[in-house]
Amino acid sequence: MASKYSNMTFKGYRRANGRVGVRNHVIILPVDDISNAACEAVGNNIKGTLALPHSYGRLQFGADLDLHFRTMIGTGSNPNVAAVIVIGIEPGWTKRIVDGIAETGKPVAGFSIEQNGDLNTIQMASRKAKEFVHYATELQREECSISDLWVSTKCGESDTTTGLGSCPTVGNMYDKLIPEGIYGVFGETSEITGGEHICKERAANPELGERWYKMWKAYQDDVIEANKVDDLSESQPTKGNIEGGLTTIEEKALGNLEKIGRTSRYIDILEPAEQPKAGRGLYFMDSSSAAAECVTLMAAGGYVVHTFPTGQGNVVGNPIVPVIKISANPRTVRTMSEHIDVDVTGILRRDLTIDQAGDALIDMIVRTANGRNTAAEALGHREFSMTKLYRSA
Amino acid sequence: MTHHEGSKVPHVLRPAGRLSVSNPHFLVHSPKDNVGVVVVEGLQAGTEMLGVLTENDSTMKLTARHDIPIGHKVALKALKAGDTIIKYGEDIGRMVGDAVEGGHVHVHNLKTKRW
Repeated sequence: MASKYSNMTFKGYRRANGRVGVRNHVIILPVDDISNAACEAVGNNIKGTLALPHSYGRLQFGADLDLHFRTMIGTGSNPNVAAVIVIGIEPGWTKRIVDGIAETGKPVAGFSIEQNGDLNTIQMASRKAKEFVHYATELQREECSISDLWVSTKCGESDTTTGLGSCPTVGNMYDKLIPEGIYGVFGETSEITGGEHICKERAANPELGERWYKMWKAYQDDVIEANKVDDLSESQPTKGNIEGGLTTIEEKALGNLEKIGRTSRYIDILEPAEQPKAGRGLYFMDSSSAAAECVTLMAAGGYVVHTFPTGQGNVVGNPIVPVIKISANPRTVRTMSEHIDVDVTGILRRDLTIDQAGDALIDMIVRTANGRNTAAEALGHREFSMTKLYRSA
Repeated sequence: MTHHEGSKVPHVLRPAGRLSVSNPHFLVHSPKDNVGVVVVEGLQAGTEMLGVLTENDSTMKLTARHDIPIGHKVALKALKAGDTIIKYGEDIGRMVGDAVEGGHVHVHNLKTKRW
């Protein structure tokens, strides 16, 4: 059945693998922390490129190393990225990331520093990066169906207004666009605590709900219970949450879950940074509730637009994915207006319905996909934060 | 569940801060709830508050007994230590102190049962 959303289109960049991007970045990706300097030098030499420095990539092992590669390869593979330069200290892991990104069919080249030094590496990588910028800047946007969008969500600096206004706005958007065939994802494993009975029931089938519950319980037992030194009263909820009126983790979780709306059901559970494989629909990603980490993982999963409800005013952005901020808190919208893309304070005044707020968000998603820079993009928020599972060797 | 049937709504996103007499002081998610959320800034003790139940748009009156910051919870009835607090129709924790009707409910008198 066609709805008023079925015929919506946006202008995006269709990539060789069929996926559609809404940005056209040429990124300079370090394999490891000690290659940041070379990447930043290339990013400085060649205008129109973006270096993504980060803190890890050495002496990781096992599942933690797998997650590192998944995040690196996923970031390079994201359709918001036109082409990628990879620089690592040695050629082995560099090639592994290059080969992973190359599967998308996009231009990618790797350089390693040992036996070259920073200066020769920077020189060679800069020449290739310049070629990639010429390539990327000739690509044209083309008309794409709304169903080509992959839209992620995670909220931050939540308060009671997020549960009343901005999270239900995102939920309403998913209730309207998931049936149109978009990919969605939510996560924040620790933050579902208190609403786990509800989240379990929102699985597409009972077996999946059981699998979700086991995943959530394992995190509770192996990470929270094993490492907590107090009642988490300053971490979950955070200081900012408490300032905003949230008292308990249960209250925070129930507001958080408003983001998945009323009718949507998740169809699979993703590992951190894993790309969906079960087709169109809503997914749950096992992920941190820390904003930059979570958005980085979802971007590595292939999502191209992020919707971010905030109460007290989390300012997070991402280097490759536009992060749309939605707030229903009038104090935040007044004092931090430069950070807010969609003002839904009318929900608290009862002069804006959730249905209208959902439509306003969909309109902003389409405008953002067409090229409008978000507040976080304009303010230069490019937080690229790796999730680490345990200490390096 | 539909949220806002029957409300009068201009299709605009208004700038914040234009309160009119019909704007509620607090909102309540579910008829089962025993707390509401203050949604105006600078609410003072003694204010005769208008509340709206978002599930069906019904209204209620309540007198604020404390200055309650925006986003913070207000007791819809007298609550005693040990009482379970219900919000979104769900258990969000247990009172560890008392609250009068119209009083402030937060970390000083409410705590999770979990940790």
